[in-house]
Amino acid sequence: MNNAKVLVVLEPAESGLGTANARVLGAVTALRQHLPLECDLVLCTNSPMQIDAAVAMPDVAQVMWPDSLPDVQAETLAPWLASLASSYGYVFIASNSFGKNLLPRLAALLDNQPITDVTAIDSPHRFQRPIYAGSAIASVYTEQTQKLLGIRTSAFNAVAPGRGTARKVVVPGPAGQCQSRLVSEETVALERPELTAARVVVAGGRGLLNRDNFNLLYRLADKLGAAVGASRAAVDAGFVANDMQVGQTGKVIAPELYIAVGISGAVQHLAGMSESRVVVAINKDPDAPIFDVADYGLVADLFDVLPELITQL
Amino acid sequence: MKILVAIKRVVDPGVRVRPFADGSGMDLAAAKMSINPFCEIAVEAAIRLKEQGFASEILVVSVGPAVVQEQLRAALALGADRAIHINTDEPLEPLSIAKLLRAVVIQEGPGLILLGKQSIDGDNNQTGQMLAALCNYPQGTFASKINPMGDEVHVTRELDGGLQTLALSLPAVITTDLRLNQPRFPTMPNIIKARQKPLRTLTPAELGIDMELRVITESLAIPRSRPAGVKVQSVTELLEKLRTEARVL
Ligand SMILES: Cc1cc2nc3c(=O)[nH]c(=O)nc-3n(C[C@H](O)[C@H](O)[C@H](O)COP(=O)(O)OP(=O)(O)OC[C@H]3O[C@@H](n4cnc5c(N)ncnc54)[C@H](O)[C@@H]3O)c2cc1C
Ligand SMILES: Nc1ncnc2c1ncn2[C@@H]1O[C@H](COP(=O)(O)O)[C@@H](O)[C@H]1O
Repeated sequence: MNNAKVLVVLEPAESGLGTANARVLGAVTALRQHLPLECDLVLCTNSPMQIDAAVAMPDVAQVMWPDSLPDVQAETLAPWLASLASSYGYVFIASNSFGKNLLPRLAALLDNQPITDVTAIDSPHRFQRPIYAGSAIASVYTEQTQKLLGIRTSAFNAVAPGRGTARKVVVPGPAGQCQSRLVSEETVALERPELTAARVVVAGGRGLLNRDNFNLLYRLADKLGAAVGASRAAVDAGFVANDMQVGQTGKVIAPELYIAVGISGAVQHLAGMSESRVVVAINKDPDAPIFDVADYGLVADLFDVLPELITQL
Repeated sequence: MKILVAIKRVVDPGVRVRPFADGSGMDLAAAKMSINPFCEIAVEAAIRLKEQGFASEILVVSVGPAVVQEQLRAALALGADRAIHINTDEPLEPLSIAKLLRAVVIQEGPGLILLGKQSIDGDNNQTGQMLAALCNYPQGTFASKINPMGDEVHVTRELDGGLQTLALSLPAVITTDLRLNQPRFPTMPNIIKARQKPLRTLTPAELGIDMELRVITESLAIPRSRPAGVKVQSVTELLEKLRTEARVL
């Protein structure tokens, strides 16, 4: 085991490297402040687009991908990655739905206790992660020789592609396990920027009252080039799809500007957006807790404010 | 078929908690405790699968000090048939919990194992995936639908990019998301009946599991608070401030 080697597991991306992966590399940069590191990347796909993007990343020694891949389920990937990971002191992966599904399964095979949702790297052994929906930041320490980290991508800056000099290595792919079989997928066609990558996010809550009224938010988002998010209440009520939920159990984001419309500001919601640089709250209840975290609050009826915003922009 | 549901005792999600000023831990004195909301959804899912005739018995398991028996009794009152309490005062982490649960799986041989996707105190989101790995069972994480189909279970998962449905062979591990169901409330007669239902206590030593912590929480800090903002009076003023003061537009 080489403690000064990190293996980054990349999630498959539609095109290029993927924002989450670029931010995980940002976490590698953060660890390099404490420790000189050799960094290898492993892909869970053999898509030429992602291979090219990975090879273009700076300060990467080696890019590996499987010669063949039966599927991308955790049951198949975990044992394969466990054998690849054995010589590395660190394994990094994004703490998103791909990484959260995979990392603990991989860790258990290595008899390792992973650290998920890492927001800061304080030393080679010491990391920060939020707990209790962000009500506290835990400083955790481990002496495990292998450190498996799930990276909260909103907490790290993306590394930009450069003139990569990585070696390309094709490795034997995993054996199929056939324990789980894909039946169907309902992927949401993205008409707007992706929530976790967007510079501006407008988000709606129960105050929007129904699915149709979300059109007001979509129009505002289009004026701003923004992504659209939602509270759990709006998702539960069927106003929008589940992948738009921001919060403790949804996505964690930190855009430049977050505009919360008709959202009360429950701690579970704040857990997903309170690291945004500028927060705007529009709510008719002057005592709504969202105003405690808002840089600019507007106490007003959203049905008056949204059309006005759309015309004035 | 038997369903095993793992449940955790946590601070009620409605209670606002903070760390002690010296960072030594969370101030939970007198806080109301509950079944972790995701575990409550897992219990409800098990009850519905039993009502559909897919399962014949529901076993609930919790790891922790004696007080977790309150949550086990609550799950029995909701409709679970039997409970196992793994009694320990040691600090816990997902790897050791997964090992304890695996030992119970070996003893009990359930066809389906349900866990919450995440505990709302530690926010780990790990135990189910680790248990599935240790048992070499398929996993369906973040489930918003569970449909038994012959000798498989179809699980719809909530992902960052939408929804995905997997067919899992049994036995399998499923972790529940919030939209899977709306848990019921216990009835008074069921709460009384639950007192008579079997609850067995085991220890980690009896199960042969070493509880040594691999990751130590050294301190807890209060998150940096945002500076107090201002109220604006109109849309015009808001846009003006966003352009000239915050410079985000
Ligand atoms: C385990 C657990 C996990 C959770 N995870 C999440 C999560 O990830 N994300 C999340 O968001 N929530 C989460 N929640 C739910 C959370 O506790 C709140 O219930 C939820 O965030 C409330 O959504 P809301 O603000 O849209 O609705 P409400 O709290 O009902 O607020 C609606 C707001 O709209 C305002 N309003 C109404 N009409 C108007 C109008 N015409 N003009 C202006 N304002 C108006 C009201 O004043 C009110 O403040 C979780 C809860 C639990 C228990
Ligand atoms: N102490 C415990 N006892 C029983 N089950 C637990 C315990 N801790 C975690 N779990 C189960 O694992 C799930 C995920 O927890 P975690 O990995 O801590 O986020 C919970 O929803 C429970 O189903």
